[in-house]
Amino acid sequence: MIDKRVKTLAEAVAGVRDGATVLVAGFGSVGVANNLLEALHEQGARELTVVANNAGNADYGLARLIGSGRVRKVICSYPRSGDYSAFLNAYKAGRVELELVPQGTISERMRCAAAGLGGFFSPVSAHTRLGEGKETREIDGRLHVFEKPLRGDIALIKANRADRWGNLTYLKSARNFNPVMAMAADLTIVEVDQIVELGDLDPEAVVTPSIFVDRVIAVPEGAWQ
Amino acid sequence: MTAQTLTRLTRDQMAWRAAQDIPEGAYVNLGIGIPTLAASYVPAGREVIFHSENGVLGLGPKPRPGQEDKNLIDAGKNLATLVTGGCYMHHADAFLMIRGGHLDLSLLGAFEVSERGDLANWTTEDPAFPPGVGGAMDLAVGAKEIRVLMMHADRNGKPRILRECSLPLTAPQVVKRIYTDLAVIDVTAQGLVVLEMVRGLTLQQLQALTEPELKLADGWRVLQPPQAEAA
Repeated sequence: MIDKRVKTLAEAVAGVRDGATVLVAGFGSVGVANNLLEALHEQGARELTVVANNAGNADYGLARLIGSGRVRKVICSYPRSGDYSAFLNAYKAGRVELELVPQGTISERMRCAAAGLGGFFSPVSAHTRLGEGKETREIDGRLHVFEKPLRGDIALIKANRADRWGNLTYLKSARNFNPVMAMAADLTIVEVDQIVELGDLDPEAVVTPSIFVDRVIAVPEGAWQ
Repeated sequence: MTAQTLTRLTRDQMAWRAAQDIPEGAYVNLGIGIPTLAASYVPAGREVIFHSENGVLGLGPKPRPGQEDKNLIDAGKNLATLVTGGCYMHHADAFLMIRGGHLDLSLLGAFEVSERGDLANWTTEDPAFPPGVGGAMDLAVGAKEIRVLMMHADRNGKPRILRECSLPLTAPQVVKRIYTDLAVIDVTAQGLVVLEMVRGLTLQQLQALTEPELKLADGWRVLQPPQAEAA
């Protein structure tokens, strides 16, 4: 019997190695697997490279990982979001490296990795500082820059409902980066509001098919939301 | 300079003016800041569909008290709503819509715009803060048309519409129209053409706040916002 459910948050994040690349889904405070991030802090992995849209909020989740020096590098589009003081302090002190990537380029690089492709040419960032140093090609008269696929060792995903196979559904704009990050990591770990029986999810409504998911944990009410 | 005595447009009036030009049936992305306000000023009876980079097509107005849903936000991370007929998609598809030329129009904020329509809106190069680009570069190259809403000059009267942008570019030659607190200006192959100016402003006064040469359009009009602002 296939059963990807795990019983504890510690079990969910077990085995994350120092130096891992971790895809952290979410946009602002929405659709972020804060309980898995807290568990990863407890687990203790260091020298992490984090791929996210923003760089953490307040003093929990991703901000706690950054604040306690577990993150070597952040690849994101917009660090200045919400209360990003944990990142700002680490950035100013030179304790964390920032790779700034246009938002659509981050998501497409991960989609590319998920699809088994070797990269793509994009007009985004051509003729700008963010495109400097990249291979270029003129396609139909327009300059494009080459973007490499971006793969994670781990993806930390927040979904609404899952079954024991790992099929996932989402709520509203909390979907955001979750489906693309779930497809782009070697080990995809998911926290959900609710685990339901196999067959209870409408097959037409499943956004992330189970093939992309490795571990699922239901987070109780009152945990980090 | 007498511009201080002029009736400059408020942020909401600038958004109102830009909203008047959004055509029926358009798919539109509104950047964070002043552009976001334009959603409230689309003329009644005109159906426009707003796209949000975080995976919303059919973004609605702010929720009424009691209707808030923490899972539904806009690109500025404000609580939002979905209009009837709206839907959600994941990030890669939201940016496919942006980059792939599927949006008819994007209204963006700017620090600087050049006379050729170069756009600078992602970094002020302030060493005290990390830069942030978000979806600005994707929108700038991907939407079918880019229009900018910006204050005409900075607090000291220094022009922000320049011959060459001094700040790093978001994208070259993409801005087609500029709405400021003083004027509506088209970026054309023949240079900057003033379509509208606020009452009492002369072209000479506007020119003093603008680095590249301005031409006044035949049939230019007074930029007249409604007296009462929408709720």
